[in-house]
Parts: sequence; C-alpha cells; structure tokens
Amino acid sequence: MTNEVLLDFNNVTMQFGGVTALSDVSVKIFRGEILGLIGPNGAGKTTCFNVMTGVYQPTRGSVVFNGSDITKLKRFQITQSGIARTFQNIRLFSEMTAVENVMVGADARKTSSIPAALLRTKHQRSEEKESYDRSMELLTLMGIVDRASDAARNLPYGYQRRLEIARALATEPELLCLDEPAAGFNPAEKQQLNELIFTIRDRGYTVLLIEHDMSVVMNVSDRVVVLDFGKKIAEGLPSEVRSNPDVIAAYLGVPDDAA
Amino acid sequence: MSRLWELWKRLQSLSTDVQVRWKSMSRVQRLSGYVLGVLALYLAPWWPKIPGIGWLVNTPGTQFSTVLNDQVIIFVLVALGLNVVVGLAGLLDLGYVGFYAVGAYVVGVLTSQHASLPWLVVLPIAVVVSMLFGVILGTPTLRLRGDYLAIVTLGFGEIIRISAKNLDWLGASRGISDIGRPPSIGPLKFGVIDPKPYYWLGLTLVFLVVFCLYRLEESRVGRAWTAIREDEDAAELMGVNTFKFKLWAFAIGAAVGGLAGAHYAGKVGFISPDNFPLQLSILFLAAVVLGGSGNMYGAILGGIMVAWLPERFRNFTDKRVLVFGIALVLVMVFRPEGLLPRRVRTKSPMKPASDGQEVAQ
Repeated sequence: MTNEVLLDFNNVTMQFGGVTALSDVSVKIFRGEILGLIGPNGAGKTTCFNVMTGVYQPTRGSVVFNGSDITKLKRFQITQSGIARTFQNIRLFSEMTAVENVMVGADARKTSSIPAALLRTKHQRSEEKESYDRSMELLTLMGIVDRASDAARNLPYGYQRRLEIARALATEPELLCLDEPAAGFNPAEKQQLNELIFTIRDRGYTVLLIEHDMSVVMNVSDRVVVLDFGKKIAEGLPSEVRSNPDVIAAYLGVPDDAA
Repeated sequence: MSRLWELWKRLQSLSTDVQVRWKSMSRVQRLSGYVLGVLALYLAPWWPKIPGIGWLVNTPGTQFSTVLNDQVIIFVLVALGLNVVVGLAGLLDLGYVGFYAVGAYVVGVLTSQHASLPWLVVLPIAVVVSMLFGVILGTPTLRLRGDYLAIVTLGFGEIIRISAKNLDWLGASRGISDIGRPPSIGPLKFGVIDPKPYYWLGLTLVFLVVFCLYRLEESRVGRAWTAIREDEDAAELMGVNTFKFKLWAFAIGAAVGGLAGAHYAGKVGFISPDNFPLQLSILFLAAVVLGGSGNMYGAILGGIMVAWLPERFRNFTDKRVLVFGIALVLVMVFRPEGLLPRRVRTKSPMKPASDGQEVAQ
C-alpha cells in the first residue's frame, strides 16, 4: 500500500426519485491496498459500485480515478480506463465457454475490429492468441482451467464465482471491485478465497471488496469503510472498526455476537 | 408410430457413425470430402434426376432449379444475414425485408430506372447502400431493447415498402422492369430461360458470405456479439462497446440482406413494392428460428426448409400452406431450439496450450 490515491470517491450523492441511496459519501482508495466496504443490507454498498463503474450517474459529486474525472464516462470506457468488477448475483455469459467468457474481458484491451477479422491480419491473429493465452493463464491462476472448454452455465457455483473474477482481471484493471465474492461459500472455500484475494493483491492489483462475511472482510482488508443508510459511519483498520460503537450498533449487533 | 421412432433412432446412430468416421479421416480424405460436397451442391439442379431418391427433393409444378435460385438461395442468404442480427447479437429485427428491398431497388434504379450501369458494378454499391441503411436505422434505434426494437424495425420494413410504392422516382406501384442481368461469361449465359447460372452465382455468393461470417464469428467481434446477446449490461461493464458492435451487427446483417436483394433483382428483372411484403420479414425470421438461431449452419438449413417445403408440396394446392404450418409446428415441438441448435463450442477457439494444462475433466 502506498500513499498514492488511486480512486477518489468525492462527496457522492445518489438519489433515485425521493430515495437517497448514498448521501455525501467520500472514500479514498490507495494504490495496492485491499479496502473492505461493509454495511447492513440496503446500506448502499452496491450503489457505490454502480456509481464507480458508471452504471449510475451520481446526482452530485464526482469519481476521480488515476487523476482523471471518470464520472461522465461510458461504462465500457471506465472499464478500459482500469476499473473492473464482479457481480453480486453471478452474471456470466452463460452459453459461452469459460475461456471465451474470460476472452471477452481480455478483448477490452484489443483493437482489431471487423476489417481485421475479415482479413485475418497478422495483428488480429496475434491479438487473438494474446487474448487466449492470457485467459488460460487467468483460469489457471483461479484454479479452474480444467473446465476451460465447458459452458459457463454448466460450471459448479464456486467455479462460476471464480470465473467472474478471472473475467474481470482479464480486462487488466488497476482496481478490482468484488461484490460479495464469498456469498454462498463454505468455510473452506472462504479460506481459499482469502488466499486468492491476497494473491491478486500481490500481483499489483488494488482490491475493493464488498462483503457480508466478517471472517473474510476482517482477515483480508487493510482498511474498512462502513456504510449505513447511505452514509459513511466509520473508516479505519479492521480492529478499529470492529470496536467502533456506531458500527456495532448499526451492523455487528451485540458485541459478544460479533464476528 | 413405433416404426417411425425406430427409423429416427437408426438415423441418429447413422449420423454418429458418420461423425466418428469423419473424425478418424486423414486431412486429404477430409479435403476430398469437402470438394465432393461442394461439387454435389453445384450439381443440385440435377438432384431430382437421381433415381430412387430424386422424387423426394423434386418440386412438382415449378422447375427445380428455379426453386433453387429464386427461393432457396435467396432465403439462405437472408437467413445468414438475419442470423447475425437475431442469432448472434440477439437483436430482434422484424423489418429485415427492408434491407432486402433496398438492395433490390438500388440495382433496379441504377441498372434500369435512372442509369444503365452493369449489374456487376451495381452489386457492391447495393451492398454498401444497404449497409448504410442499416447504420441509419440502427443509430437511433439500437438504444432500444427487446420488444421496442422489434416494433421499430417492423415499422422500418413498412416504411421502405410504402415509400417505394409512393415515390415515382422508384417506379411507384408499377415497379421497375428491365433490370440489368449479371454478365454472361463464356458458356454461362445469364438469360431469361435457364436459371442454373443464377443458382451457381448465388451459391458462390453463399460460400463467400459463409466464409466472411465464419471469420467474424471466430474473432473478438463474434465474442462481443455473443456477450451482448447473453447479457448486454455485463458485456458493457467488461469493456465491450455495445453500441458500436450492435451497430456493426445491424450493418453487416443489412449488407447481406441487400446482397440477397440485388441477386434477386438481377435474376427476375422486375421488382415492385409487392415483392417486399411484411410477411416476407416473418418468413425470414421463421427460417432463422426454425433452423437454429445463433448457428450459421442452422440458419442455412432453416432457409432451405422455409424456401423449399412450400414448393415441394405445391401439388397440395391450397393445403400446402397447412402442410408447411404443420411442419413448422412439429419442428418447434420436437426441436424447440431449431433443427440445428447453437452449440457451445466444446473446442477451444485455438489449439490448447501444449503444456498439459487441459487435464481430464
């Protein structure tokens, strides 16, 4: 973790009609850290993700990534500028094979289009090979390369979760946003996921993690931001946040029960 | 019924046998297999003469090679183009006949109505103009999805037909006659009587289109289209410029439709707005869905069936539409995803890395 701010989420307010999903939330993400974003259901965690990745335009405020304002960019441009995400409810391209799913992500960095594909230019062929090789490499990293040629919909649940991460990584992001990656995992799988997240960070990615599961968030995160009813109520080291009375009241319930 | 079932089973085992045999063949054997297959297709006008099975394909009442060109080739070309839009990119287009009409009218206008350029020169112009119409229709409408897009495209098909009917410049309801024909090469005479040269030309166009579309499917472009069909939002968040690729799908579909129209106009020599009714759009879509939306070879098969079946049963007179309808219903009941459903490619797009990563599943 360095002191360089990678993403600056600047006083963002997000309103849907009369409902305020985020009110004046500011979060800084530093390059190389793992930031946990937690909060009870409906606190606005996924809305945060959606604003960062361009799904929603914030009502007020701005998102600055790598020094440039990305608030007004289109979704695919935001991805190309270096933010990738996974989805809370898995959204793979279910009739494509695992490796093709990842290749779609890898293609975000490629340029060859219709004419090149028709002529099979040298450039196009080398890009195809790059996409393929990188995708297989990522599937290996995720430990799911044995099912590379299976349709995504035929993969077991844990594989699908990891395939989503592989697809996001294939876009060569600087910031990887994981939306509840441990949902539905058993303790052993959670342990594997923790290690996987460390591996990803060690490869130079910055990770933003939304997670309900305290065993994951508290073990993995360098810092934690807590949202409640669309407001940021706490921020700090996992140990600090854990003992913050506001957080306990809002989220963790009775102290003895916690974690 | 049980005998039919037995026949079906035997056909299935036969096809697996053929597949296994095909895979065990050497490259040379396979290549010669392809050559023979292509040759057989070019000799299709003589299929009804084959003793024993010729009657199966023959079309009573209409010359077989006329059906081959005017119906089968046109439907196959159109189904190939529409399959890019509907099957690959997942955009429901109910006005596809519009692009087909544009292609035909460009040929009509430039070879007869307002100029007398040779057909061969006009062909690429027709393709490009159709493509432009695809872009013109696509730019404002591709922001819509699903049903809304379908309704807008439905309107587009009608706009083209009604415009043609009312613009004197386009021959109004009289249509355009004396349309230029493809140039005769040596013994290949593109005349009025013999449809065979047109069929051979059309078949060559089909091969050309298949070749191009295959290359597109097996590339970044094809993956982007499929991703858009599967989940447009997720595709965009994975860096796919969805609008651009949807527009390309529309443009390429339109180009192929225009090509089919140009070929049609060159053969029949006369077009009028009545040649491009809404019903044709529905039949085009039926061909794609019947054959297997998203599978190029399925679309080809669907095009063949939709074009050929009604002609095969022409001697049933009025009841032939009923037979055709029953055939469609039966296919949809027993093969809901089409005759040749799209398959997930079990083979990786490229040879697997040779480091033994692809362990047994």
